[in-house]
Amino acid sequence: MELNGGSVVAMIGKECVAIASDLRLGNQAVGVASNFDKVFPVNDKLYYGLPGLATDVYTLKEHLRFRVNMYRMKEEREITPKTFTHLVSSTLYEKRFGPFFIEPVVAGLPTPTELEPHPKPFISTMDTIGCITTPKDFAVAGTAADKLYGVAEGLWEPDLEPEDLFETISQTLLNAVDRDALSGWGAVVHIITQDKVITRTLRARMD
Amino acid sequence: MSGPGSGGAYSFSLTTFSPSGKLVQIEHALAAVSGGTTSLGIKATNGIVLATEKKSPSLLLDTSALEKVAPICSNIGFVYSGMGPDFRILVAKARKIAQAYWKVYGEYPPTKVLVQEVAGVMQKATQSGGVRPYGISLLIAGWDSHRGQSLWQIDPSGSYWAWKASAIGKNMVNAKTFLEKRYNDELSLEDAIHTALLTLKEGFEGAMTEQTIEIGIVTIPTPDQMVEKSGERLPPTFRKLTENEVKDYLSL
Repeated sequence: MELNGGSVVAMIGKECVAIASDLRLGNQAVGVASNFDKVFPVNDKLYYGLPGLATDVYTLKEHLRFRVNMYRMKEEREITPKTFTHLVSSTLYEKRFGPFFIEPVVAGLPTPTELEPHPKPFISTMDTIGCITTPKDFAVAGTAADKLYGVAEGLWEPDLEPEDLFETISQTLLNAVDRDALSGWGAVVHIITQDKVITRTLRARMD
Repeated sequence: MSGPGSGGAYSFSLTTFSPSGKLVQIEHALAAVSGGTTSLGIKATNGIVLATEKKSPSLLLDTSALEKVAPICSNIGFVYSGMGPDFRILVAKARKIAQAYWKVYGEYPPTKVLVQEVAGVMQKATQSGGVRPYGISLLIAGWDSHRGQSLWQIDPSGSYWAWKASAIGKNMVNAKTFLEKRYNDELSLEDAIHTALLTLKEGFEGAMTEQTIEIGIVTIPTPDQMVEKSGERLPPTFRKLTENEVKDYLSL
């Protein structure tokens, strides 16, 4: 897990979620790429981040794309954040004794239904073999996870509006990865609200 | 090899089309279904009812041990017409499919998805060597948050389609005519149960009591029933009526 580096953080706000990652890909100490995005969309309301071994990032991303496409065609509906989380979890557990070296983070807004007209924003994270945690505040993973825990715990508060959530998650990510040798080299933040997703690239320390 | 009996050379092999484009074995399977006891399903605005005759050839039979309406998972139930043993096998397979889905997605399959899977199982038995088609038609009732309540039929060929109300088995023609007259889109679950009992009664041989019929219902959960409490399972949306409940409906 310490070969390529990289970190992801997700946070819950008021009727919005945010998910952000750094852009570094390295070979231990040597930085190789500063455009290695680790957060991918399932659809415009559901994103997920895959920090860890870069080859597994690609493999899992393609595998999940396959599974979600099959789901979308068979069920004729979009997958919900909770169901997607379970899908990722069971995919990881299938490799229980030879796992993917990834700790996924999922962030999304469930679509309102008749039974649940105001669903809560959703984030989740899991370990390399699929043990799910559904925190109510923030989820962190990657080589800067410990630092992300610290800053997030200090900066996060409930019911942040999208603009404030953006500031909070950006400062959390930037300051945590600046203390980690293997994360950094750029950052991308996605803020997901009911009407749109705003993606911003942060001006980060490139050292 | 042409064998004796109807169908001639094409009735023997399942995997050979007849010149008219039929698979004769499937036609025969449908005949097995039409010889079975009547079952029906009716979709209502707030649920679905499945009902069947539990006919026993002898007074000595303990019909309480017989299960014709079977729950598959907490939101889906099956009823059949045709060969009982084939039904039990399909119920076991369907339950396994539902659990396998739960293992991946953490929730039970929507009705349509389960129907597609079970129909696939039945279709396999029409395109393999050394097997015969299942001698049953299934009526499947279920509820899911995407489509709401839905009623489906699967035939021995593996074709499936959705119904508002339907009947299968011995008395299906009369029952369907009866349902066509009685059905409207505004039926409530209570009306549907009442209509189901009337429809069953039309072709019923012998006395219709809580011991000679089985009823299963799908109900729609309320928003607060759908809230997940830690350590508790969501309440089931499909259940069989107890003998006492059936007795109460019969006395109405």
